[in-house]
Amino acid sequence: MARVVVDVMPKPEILDPQGKAVHGALPRLGFTGISDVRQGKRFELEIDGEVTEERLADVRRMAETLLSNPVIEDFAVHVEGSDSTAGSGKHKA
Amino acid sequence: MKIGVVTFPGSLDDVDAARAVRIAGGEPVALWHGDHDLRGVDAVVLPGGFSYGDYLRCGAIARFAPVMTEVVEAAQRGMPVLGICNGFQILCESHLLPGALIRNDHRKFGCLDQPLRIENNTTAWTSSYDQGAEITIVLKNGEGSYVADAETLDRLEGEGRVVARYLGNPNGSQRDIAGVTNERGNVVGLMPHPEHAVEDLCGPGTDGLGFFTSVLGAAVG
Repeated sequence: MARVVVDVMPKPEILDPQGKAVHGALPRLGFTGISDVRQGKRFELEIDGEVTEERLADVRRMAETLLSNPVIEDFAVHVEGSDSTAGSGKHKA
Repeated sequence: MKIGVVTFPGSLDDVDAARAVRIAGGEPVALWHGDHDLRGVDAVVLPGGFSYGDYLRCGAIARFAPVMTEVVEAAQRGMPVLGICNGFQILCESHLLPGALIRNDHRKFGCLDQPLRIENNTTAWTSSYDQGAEITIVLKNGEGSYVADAETLDRLEGEGRVVARYLGNPNGSQRDIAGVTNERGNVVGLMPHPEHAVEDLCGPGTDGLGFFTSVLGAAVG
């Protein structure tokens, strides 16, 4: 069994009201020096068996179809414990 | 004319939508999210609410409900489909309409009587209105800010596919867009709620009724 992680973030040009709310709260708690906060989502997928290129291609399709909305979000896929990114879904605005 | 109203787990405004259909003179037909069946309807309304608790993204899970396979196919054949609020979000997630709806820029749930201008009265759902008509209906949402890339927004405006604009932008929607339509004009997504403005007894008046009377005269493809 292996864990594949999909990180989904709002595209840079899309307003992120939740991130803004968190950013606004930090100074009130005495945390300073943070110039911006963006809030995204992290999905941890437990994969049965080996993580093959084929399985990763499946995960990328899941990420494009359901886990993210390519109109407003980008995603990145990586295998936990591995340093390299196994694919991303950056779409031009 | 039979107009289906889909109920998803978490739909709130299906009963009001069915009532609006009836008041307009149509026959409402209850459709269930879990059925692969449109029960012979001539048009479909996807109502407001919080389908699947708005989990993941608003409309993202409802988009894959069994009934949506039939709704998407029928819409592509030309059947009139109106998505209100959460229904608009579902239509965007289904790629029947471009763009997306994100959290209001002011981060608060808004609930108000909202003036709009009808920008396109040639769609299946707006033909009862005069072009440029100003109407007031209910707006109530937390994630109603319409966004799309500049190219898409230019195309929508150039092709007359902005159906309604806010008079006074309540949620940060780009270019004050309250509703859009597809190329054919049979699919309309609208963030405010015409079904809550169909009787004088409650709501801001009867300005919303025109959406439901419009479709009664629309040809079915």
